Amino acid sequence: MLKTINISKSFPGVKALNEVNLTFYPSKVNAILGENGAGKSTLLKILTGVYTDYEGEIVLNEKTVRFKNIKDAQKAGIAIIHQELNLIPALNIVENLFLGKEIHNSWGLLDTFKMTQITKDLLHKLELNISPTTLVENLKVGEQQLVEIAKALLADAQVILMDEPTSALSDKEIENLHRIIADLKKEGKTIVYISHKMDELFRIADTYMVMRDGNSIDAGEISQTTEQDLIRKMVGREVLIQKKQVSNNDKNTILSINNLTLSHHILKNQNLLDNISFDLKEGEILGIFGLMGAGRTELLQTIFGVNPAKSKGTVSINNQVVSIKAPKDAIKHGMAFVTEDRKTEGLVLGMNVASNISLTSLPENSLLNEKSEQRLAKEYISALAIKTPSAQQLCVNLSGGNQQKVVLAKWLATSPGILMLDEPTRGIDINAKNEIYEIIKKLAGEGKSIILVSSEIPELLALADRILVMAEGKIKAEFPADEANEDKLLKAAI
Amino acid sequence: MNKELLKKSQSLIALFVLCLAISLLSDKFLTANNLWNVLRQISVNVCISVGMTLVVLTAGIDLSVGSVLAFTSAVCAGLLKNGIALESFDLFIGFTTLGGILAALLIGLLIGIFNGWVITRFSLPPFVVTLAMLTIARGATMLFTQGMPISNLGENFEFIGSGWFIGIPVPVWISLIVVLVGVFISKRTTFGRYIYAIGGNEKAAFLSGININSIKLAVYGIAGIMAAIGGILVSSRLNSAQPNAGTSYELDSIAAVVIGGTSLSGGIGSITGTVIGAIVIGVLNNGLVLLNVSPFWQQVVKGLVILLAVIIDQKSKKK
Repeated sequence: MLKTINISKSFPGVKALNEVNLTFYPSKVNAILGENGAGKSTLLKILTGVYTDYEGEIVLNEKTVRFKNIKDAQKAGIAIIHQELNLIPALNIVENLFLGKEIHNSWGLLDTFKMTQITKDLLHKLELNISPTTLVENLKVGEQQLVEIAKALLADAQVILMDEPTSALSDKEIENLHRIIADLKKEGKTIVYISHKMDELFRIADTYMVMRDGNSIDAGEISQTTEQDLIRKMVGREVLIQKKQVSNNDKNTILSINNLTLSHHILKNQNLLDNISFDLKEGEILGIFGLMGAGRTELLQTIFGVNPAKSKGTVSINNQVVSIKAPKDAIKHGMAFVTEDRKTEGLVLGMNVASNISLTSLPENSLLNEKSEQRLAKEYISALAIKTPSAQQLCVNLSGGNQQKVVLAKWLATSPGILMLDEPTRGIDINAKNEIYEIIKKLAGEGKSIILVSSEIPELLALADRILVMAEGKIKAEFPADEANEDKLLKAAI
Repeated sequence: MNKELLKKSQSLIALFVLCLAISLLSDKFLTANNLWNVLRQISVNVCISVGMTLVVLTAGIDLSVGSVLAFTSAVCAGLLKNGIALESFDLFIGFTTLGGILAALLIGLLIGIFNGWVITRFSLPPFVVTLAMLTIARGATMLFTQGMPISNLGENFEFIGSGWFIGIPVPVWISLIVVLVGVFISKRTTFGRYIYAIGGNEKAAFLSGININSIKLAVYGIAGIMAAIGGILVSSRLNSAQPNAGTSYELDSIAAVVIGGTSLSGGIGSITGTVIGAIVIGVLNNGLVLLNVSPFWQQVVKGLVILLAVIIDQKSKKK
């Protein structure tokens, strides 16, 4: 049995976990439910020894354990299958599986034959009919996920944490996975299962635990509860987002994408984006939903001129075809792109708030005007309610929500007509989320056209006028806001 | 801002302690003659290191500066001494001192831009590209000079390296101007801001609409010009261009940058810090000579100081 007792964890500006008490039983599938930002990922990182500075206790089989590092947790029999795949693309399946635990022969050399045999058996068990020596970069996302699972099986872990393992799998692969989970249960393993798909949880989970805003809210047998009940506990605030008034359809078309195609950087016959076409109207919020790997981020990047060499198709603004060869050109045409990962793509973390906000709008080849930079920074710090001691504060010291607001500010500073938002509320706390929703609504009200990419369905349902669903680089469906619901979006996305 | 100040005061304190220690051990250190001498000696490294700082701030590196220094000084000396004779056109072009200097600066700029072009066009690591240029430029110097020094370059030229102006050696004036221009560029212009942004987060900078390639091209170009200025200072001091001048100067320059608190991973640091770093190295060299430490030990000590500086830098970053 694995237990967490009063586990708390803080990051600068955010309390990610607040005295979390959870119990995971052997021979059961223990589901953890919670929205993005509820603290699930942080909890998993503590359980697997990634974060070592936390308060509270982890009790494994009646003994208090404190993992010093990832390897420590692995030795204790805890394996994790990550939501974001953790494989090395340039190595083959065998090399990935045995990374760090290679088998040597009596000469001290790698026993490739033995490792390949074991891999073959594991792949067979997972009904994955591919050669063990296939390079991981040549596998589909679903196949890579199964390789991750094989890795956990190889480690013979007693506790297997699965973080949204089916988010990128096909129906047949999901069925296969569920069968494997059933086998593992029989072997007495503790399965911890995180998924956003309710129907799936009701099919395979035995117990549930609900987390919200870093707290453990409720737990019990899944057979004793209902879907509505769980969602209510997860959200905990049914009127979280005030629904936006759907805007008229007779407005002018601002942006029009025609047959946009993006080829894969290695595989020539595989397209990351396949003939994508859509229009964006003035003042419209166009939602784009899709699961991981559906091509949402690639779509925004390509429109913004990040991949000019590998893309085909046209982008028109105000019915004029424009040539966008770099982000610079996109900005000139009044576009802004709030990127998904604020730390690696959005901000220069080592620079201060003022310099980050002005970065997109500095006059070319000229002297810096410190006064106007300060003025700009002050304007946005108050307009977006950015919580920072001063404009001189380094961005690395801000909380996630405030960092996200700085990213928004730096793009609003370019006075864009078209705003592309990629997961604008990922990993930030509830208050900051609500503030950002209000900002988005206000911007649309001011006539800005917005593309909102999100994996949070309530967010899309509340904000978007129209929702496109993407899967495998294609647009699979389009719903006006009043016809969309969670079921329809999920069905179209899989 | 505060962090940068703290770092600078750290290296300033280190410099102060170093000076204090040497002055206690040797009564020759704190004499006007010796101090001017130290400043004159470091002026070459200061000029090169200003360029190097800009390169390192973009998360790059330029290993070719020592060779570029030699090549530009050789070409400058060759032009001053022999001019260009185009026999088939029956044409001879002579060079004034100013003409020779401008030619050297131009060549430095072109080599630097070439470095930057190869790095950005083929997405190659700056380390490898400038390592190749280190060899190429050194070889070109040998070809140009046939391995022989080019000497007697005229009084005007010699004045640059050996003269005094308002009571201060001319090379010190030059390095002072270079530093002021460098500080101005890095702190007061959009270009300078972009340099920090690229080093801090190249992806974010690119997505913010910054033309990464042209900024890098310019930065390596500046590093080339700075190496050429170093070349002019070295050859005018000796009144002679030596084919093996500037050997391993890139290492002293990188050391000055690192001791000055500029992060080799880019985005953090300053030219004023680098100047302090260059002075630390200069004072250290001078002190070890005054104390009659063997040249072999001097290298060991210098290396240890660099190591210490990097360790302290890494520690303060983690906090």
